[in-house]
Amino acid sequence: MDFRLTSGDIAFRSEVRVFLAGALSPDVQAKARHAEPISQADRLEWFSKLNERGWMAPSWPEAYGGTGWTPIQRMIFDEECAEAWAPPGISPGVVMLGPVLIAHGSEEQRSYYLPRLLRSDDWWCQGYSEPGSGSDLASLQTRAVRDANGYLVNGQKIWITQADLANMMFCLVRTSDEPKKQEGISFLLIDMTSTGVTVRPIRTLNGEAEICEVFLDDVRIPAGNLVGREGEGWTYATQLLEHERTAVGSIGRSRAALARLRSIMAAPDGSVNKFLPDPVFAQRLARVEIRLRAARFLQLRAVSAASAGERPGRESSLLKIVGSELMQEIAHLTMTANGYAANEKQSPATNGYFDSRKLSIFSGSNEIQRSIVAKRILGL
Amino acid sequence: MDFELSPEQALIKDSVDRFVADEYGAEQRLASTGGEPGFSRAHWVKFAELGWLGLLAAEDDGGFGGGAVETMIVMEAFGAGLVVEPFIPAVVVAGTLLAAAGGAASAALLADAIAGERIVALAYAEPRSGYDPVSVTTTARVDGGDFIVDGQKVAVPYACAADTIIVSARTDGAVDSTAGITLLAVDSHAPGVERRDYVTCDERRASQVSFAGVRVPRSAMVGTLGDGFPLLAESLDRGSAGVCAEAVGIMDVLVRSTVDFLKTRVQFGRPIGTFQALQHRAVDMLIQLELGRAIATHAAAAIDDGDPSARSAATAAAKAFIADAGRFVTESAIQLHGAIGITEELPISQYVKRLTAIEHEFGDAGFSLGRYMSAMEQNEAAQGGPAFG
Repeated sequence: MDFRLTSGDIAFRSEVRVFLAGALSPDVQAKARHAEPISQADRLEWFSKLNERGWMAPSWPEAYGGTGWTPIQRMIFDEECAEAWAPPGISPGVVMLGPVLIAHGSEEQRSYYLPRLLRSDDWWCQGYSEPGSGSDLASLQTRAVRDANGYLVNGQKIWITQADLANMMFCLVRTSDEPKKQEGISFLLIDMTSTGVTVRPIRTLNGEAEICEVFLDDVRIPAGNLVGREGEGWTYATQLLEHERTAVGSIGRSRAALARLRSIMAAPDGSVNKFLPDPVFAQRLARVEIRLRAARFLQLRAVSAASAGERPGRESSLLKIVGSELMQEIAHLTMTANGYAANEKQSPATNGYFDSRKLSIFSGSNEIQRSIVAKRILGL
Repeated sequence: MDFELSPEQALIKDSVDRFVADEYGAEQRLASTGGEPGFSRAHWVKFAELGWLGLLAAEDDGGFGGGAVETMIVMEAFGAGLVVEPFIPAVVVAGTLLAAAGGAASAALLADAIAGERIVALAYAEPRSGYDPVSVTTTARVDGGDFIVDGQKVAVPYACAADTIIVSARTDGAVDSTAGITLLAVDSHAPGVERRDYVTCDERRASQVSFAGVRVPRSAMVGTLGDGFPLLAESLDRGSAGVCAEAVGIMDVLVRSTVDFLKTRVQFGRPIGTFQALQHRAVDMLIQLELGRAIATHAAAAIDDGDPSARSAATAAAKAFIADAGRFVTESAIQLHGAIGITEELPISQYVKRLTAIEHEFGDAGFSLGRYMSAMEQNEAAQGGPAFG
């Protein structure tokens, strides 16, 4: 056992730091640091810097434009981005769709979409949940009927992040009714500018409207937009959720958020801050730090196992639960540290707290995660 | 970054695992804990033969040259096997003290200890000190070439078997001052040393030891005059990390036993492990176990890195976490077993008792949290800004 970074990894970290110093504008860093909304223009600017450097898609194989980083290097990159207050959030297309196209897409789909993903030519959203299909995702009812001209899609999707900004959506649709409901699901790419697509933003607790409802009424989709084979979409998607899960267990972001909280308390800017001497607050903070130390070592072990070529083990399954709960606790502490100022409408800390509630719900609620762990790891 | 065992570490793990599997059945343990001194002398000799008593001593001193990670490997296996021999008090705590102290007398004691010919215990806690090793009222007064030791120590593990007791005594300074603490190796049979031995809640042994005018030669000083605290702090951190690893071994057994029970116990016509409320509780046990394992590793890594303030923060963090995690796992194991969970005959009862005792060893959750907070404050002051990581 050796828990130190190798000299190669330390050199890599310096390289990342140099890049970040040049690529991030102080303005965007400040927005990220204060949990203010990041505009799509800011995000695209950041992604173009990443793409110029060849670092847009660390999770892809090198042959398709990936970085060839080891899992440890990827973790270092994530931690450094968090520490430098790079804009949070990922390109859903790169992180979630890319790996599916690489594994299951046609040669034509790969050569068309992958370079466009790297350049952020398209903005993708993920169309999975439906009003009647949340945790029980496999019960989804949006239907794609195959005819001579491709697919005719009808249905409704909901809780879709940035559907209003997206021009493309990767989507799960029902193409047949099988006794096992998972087997009738297919993976379809939908052009959001098609006739029959209607997007309605949904305002959430933090006052933002980042998530949307999407109505699909007689939408015509070319047959070439089916990824892989009909009826196998569920397999592709659950594999994709695994990718999403790793992204969610963002221990690096928690570390940065905690450092921010500590600095708020050490040097209160403006508002009176009497929280550090409050023993109850100080103890809560210490407990979160301790839990984060544990979570970080859990992540290191998962990353180290992945570097050794092992399949993700119990560590990564638990990280979504642990990571999301930590982020939520830190968000609440940060709001608390603002005292009465937290009650001002649109207080970033309070919006951050409201926003953090989604972390234990999306991409499989923590209750669903616990059921999955009970079944797959404990064998119950 | 590498969580795999090195070949040397794998050898240690294999030999400890084999020992536990071959020689550590419930009956053998019961025979040990039922008699005096509460463990098996034969096992202790075997530990010496296998080189485990020198796990942490330098190779030049006849030891294995291991560190906190090696301690963790041994203690996790000892935890899973509920090994009662006083490895933490004698080898990890007292052994570290003697090795770090230097000097001919300490080296001679260490050599005997490694050979299994002398058991050394540390007496630091006092009736009014709580868990805090700084709070020392026991005094050592200079009298010619000797010290005269007076005071009371409590919770000295296996003092009943110890040939030598290292005592923290004040040669200078106020009661809560880190300066002025001197460590003295006292012959446990010296005139003026009295013990009240008792059995602990986990069937182990501990003693209250009083010192009344005990004459100790100056050569018995471990380390230097008045400067014993850094040695004391390091050895207690190592002990603390050691019991954290032991707790991980125990929690692992409790989680596995409980999950097995959930799969086999049938109520309402089906295994109770199919009920979601119980599944989620079992997953929460697994989460506490894996976070516990992670933070015990973090503590071991910090000790082996060698920076005292980072070491102190990490071991305090680990102990604070493990105290709570252990309690959660213990109580959940009992609860998920139902009525059978409160019986002594169920094998997990011994694990429950040991884990409960560990909650207090080297400081409970509250004390450790406070220790963590002051370590972080000191780090922050030293670095001129908030520090975390």
